[in-house]
Amino acid sequence: MTNILTVRDLHIQARHKHGTTEIVKGIDLDLKPGEVLGLVGESGAGKSTLGLAAMGYTRDGCRISSGSIRFRDQELVGASASTLRHLHGNSIAYVAQSAAASFNPSHRLIDQFTEAPLEHGVRSRKQAEADAIQLYREMQLPNPEEIGFRYPYQVSGGQLQRAMTAMAMSCKPDLIIFDEPTTALDVTTQIEVLAAIRKVVKEHNTAAIYITHDLAVVSQMADRIMVLRDGHMVETAPTEEMLANPKEDYTKSLWAVRTLHRETRPRPEKTPLLAIDKVTAHYGEFKALDSISFDILPQRTVAVVGESGSGKSTLAKVITGLLPHSPGGEIRWQGEALPPRLQDRDKTILRDVQMIYQMPDTALNPRHRVRDVVGRPLTFYLGLHGAEKEERLRSLMEQIELDPDIYLNRRITELSGGQKQRIGIARALAAEPRFIICDEVTSALDQLVAEGILKLLLKLQEKYGLTYMFITHDLATVEAIADDVVVMQHGKIVEQGTRDEVFSPPHPDYSARLLASVPEMDPHWLDRVLAEQKIDLLENN
Amino acid sequence: MLRFFKTTPPTALLGLFIILSVAIMGVFAPFLAPYGETEVVGAAYMPWDSVHLLGTDNLGRDMLSRVIYGARNTVGLALLTTAIAFTVGATLGIYAALKGGWVDQVVSRAVDVLMAVPPLILALMLLAIVGPSIPNMVLVIAVIYVAPVFRLARASSMNIVVLDFVQAARLRGEGNLWLISREILPNITSTLVAEFGLRFCFVFLFIAALSFLGLGIQPPTADWGSMVKENATLITFGDITPLIPAAAIAVLTIGINFVVDWMLHKASGLKD
Repeated sequence: MTNILTVRDLHIQARHKHGTTEIVKGIDLDLKPGEVLGLVGESGAGKSTLGLAAMGYTRDGCRISSGSIRFRDQELVGASASTLRHLHGNSIAYVAQSAAASFNPSHRLIDQFTEAPLEHGVRSRKQAEADAIQLYREMQLPNPEEIGFRYPYQVSGGQLQRAMTAMAMSCKPDLIIFDEPTTALDVTTQIEVLAAIRKVVKEHNTAAIYITHDLAVVSQMADRIMVLRDGHMVETAPTEEMLANPKEDYTKSLWAVRTLHRETRPRPEKTPLLAIDKVTAHYGEFKALDSISFDILPQRTVAVVGESGSGKSTLAKVITGLLPHSPGGEIRWQGEALPPRLQDRDKTILRDVQMIYQMPDTALNPRHRVRDVVGRPLTFYLGLHGAEKEERLRSLMEQIELDPDIYLNRRITELSGGQKQRIGIARALAAEPRFIICDEVTSALDQLVAEGILKLLLKLQEKYGLTYMFITHDLATVEAIADDVVVMQHGKIVEQGTRDEVFSPPHPDYSARLLASVPEMDPHWLDRVLAEQKIDLLENN
Repeated sequence: MLRFFKTTPPTALLGLFIILSVAIMGVFAPFLAPYGETEVVGAAYMPWDSVHLLGTDNLGRDMLSRVIYGARNTVGLALLTTAIAFTVGATLGIYAALKGGWVDQVVSRAVDVLMAVPPLILALMLLAIVGPSIPNMVLVIAVIYVAPVFRLARASSMNIVVLDFVQAARLRGEGNLWLISREILPNITSTLVAEFGLRFCFVFLFIAALSFLGLGIQPPTADWGSMVKENATLITFGDITPLIPAAAIAVLTIGINFVVDWMLHKASGLKD
C-alpha cells in the first residue's frame, strides 16, 4: 500500500537572537492510509513542530532547512502557498489543543464548520450544514440538530473539542493532525472525546497523527507509536509491542513515570493541624462549597480530587482566606478558629500556610529575578537582610536542586516550566511554613518533570515535617504522593478516607466513575471501559 | 551604541533627535537665546533679517528668543502636568483594579463623570471658576487627564491582578503599596510609558490651545500657543512668522509620536 504521508530526513530550524537552533533533526516518518500514529515526547521534543510540518506548515521563526515531506505524491517542502491552501482543511486538517481558544467566539459553530467546505468549493452551504449535523451526531454531541447554532461559549470544553474534530472532518480529509486534543480536559470528559474521535477516525478510514505527552492516552488511540526526544526519533513500533517491550532506555524511563508510589503510612492518632468543620462558601448566590468537613493531620498529605467545577480550588481559597466562608462553619488551625478573612489573620498564620500554584508561568512575577521572588518571604517574614539572607537563599536553591550560582540572578522569563515550579516551591519553603497547599502543581508539566517535582516534594516533607494538601484531578499523582484522599463533586465531599480505603471497592458511583476514567497503559482499556459503561446504561434503563 | 542606531528605525531616531533638541532648547534657553524672553528689542512686526532671524512680534520682542523660551514654558509645563496626571491616574487605576468591589465602582463612576464632559469645555469652566494662573491651569489639565490614564491603568492591571503571583503576594500579607509598586506596576510599565508619550502630546496641545484662548500661560511669558495668537494678524499680510511656533508644536508632536510608535511596537513584541 502506498504511503499517504512520507517524511524523509526532515530538518527544521528555529531562528532566535543568537542564530538558529535545529529543533527537528532528521526525522523519517511513514503513514499509511487509515493508520493512526502517536507522537510522544516531552515538551520541546519537537512533536508539535513535526505535526505541523506534516501539513507543510511551520510556525513563525521556523523553517524547513532540508528534507522532504510528501503528501500522497505531492511534495510539500517548497510548495506554493496556494497549493498548501488548497490542501489545508480539504485533504489535511488540524485539531488544536485548546478548542476553546481556537474557535472564533463571535461566530456560531456551524458557520465555522461550513467555512472550509465552502471555501474549497466541495459542498454547498445546505450540504455542508447537513454534513455538520451528521458529524455532530457521529461525535455523539447532544442535540446534533441544534448544537451547531450555538456560540462556542455556550457549549462545554469537551463538546467544543468534539465539535472541532467534526470541523476537521468537514471536507473528508485523508489526514488529520491532532495536537494534544484532550490535554485540557478532565478525565471523565476526556474519555468521551477519545471514544468519539477514535470512532470517527476509524469509520471514515482517516489517517491521523496524534500528538500527546500522555502515554496512556496514546496507547488507546494509536496503531503505532513514535517516541521523540530533542528533535530525534528515539524509537517507533506498533502500539502493543511498544508498550510491552520498549527497547530504548529513554522510552523505559517514560514508561516508568507512572509507577511512583508512596508507601502506606499508618494514620497517627494526633490532633489535626487543620480542621475544616461544616464549611460552606458562596460565589454570590452560587453555593460553591456545601458543608465540607475533614481533618488534615500533621505531616501527612491529603489529596483533594475531583473534576473541574467540583470546588477543589474554592476550598483552597477558603482555607487561605481569599474567599471568606459563609457564617456557620469553622476552620480550626491547631484547635483555634481561624478568622475567615485574609485581612484579619496575623502574620504567623500567613507564614505557616503557603501555596504552590498550578501554572508556573503565572505564579511568578515575570518582571522579577529569582533572587527577588525567593528572597521576599525571607525579608518579609523572617526579617533577613544582607549576608544572612544570601546564605539562606543559596541553601534554599540547593534544596530545590538548582545551582545558586547559575539561577539566583536569572530572570523568571529565562526559566523552563519545571524550573519555575521549583522556584515556586522555594518561595513557599522560604517562609518556613508548616502547611503547603499544592494546587494542581504537576498538571502543567511533562511527566518526567512532574515526577521530579513530586519526588522533591516528598523529600522536603520528610526533611521538614511538612503537611500538604494536594489538589489534583490526576489519580496517578494521588497514588504517588497521598496518605489521605478526599473526593469532591459539586461542592460536596463524596468519599473520604485513607488512600487505600478510597482506592479499594466498594466505591460510591462518582468515585468509581472517576477511577475508571483514568487512562491506563493498556491498549484495550478504552474498549473495556466503554463496554462497562454500556452495560451500566443497559442495567440502569 | 552603534548597534542602537542600526536596530532603531529612522523615524524613531528622528523623533528622538527632535525631543532631545527641544529638551536642550528648554534647559539652556538663557544661553541659546540671543535676547531676553520679554526684552523689547525693536519695533513691532519687524521682518526677518540678520539681527532678528525671525523678526519681532507685536511688541517688538525677538521672535527667535521667544520660540526658544517657549520650549521651556510650554513643554516644561506639559511635562509637569502629564507627570501629575500619570502619578494620580495610574495609582488610582491600579488600586481600583486591585480592590475591585465598591472602591472600583466609586472611582470608576467618578472618572466616568469626568469623561462625560468635553475636556476643553470642562477646562474652560474650571479655569473660569478658579481663575487663570499657571498652577491652576496645570492642576485643571492634570485632573482632566487623570481620567484616561485611570482607565488605561485599570484595564491593564485587571489582566495582572488575576494572575497567581499577585494572589501569592496577597497571601503573603503584602500591603497595597508593595502590590501596586512591585507586583503590578512593573508589568504595565511599557503600556503606561507609551501612553505617557501620547498623553504628553495632548496635554501640550491643550496648553497651547488654552494659551491661544488666553486662559493658559499668561503674557508676557513666552509660550508657543499664545505666540500664535499674539501675532495672528500677520497672517493676513502674508507673513508666515506666526506659523513658526505652530510649526514647533507640530514638529514636537510628530517627533513624540514617532518615538511612541516605536516603543509600542517594541512592547507589543511583534516582529517586523
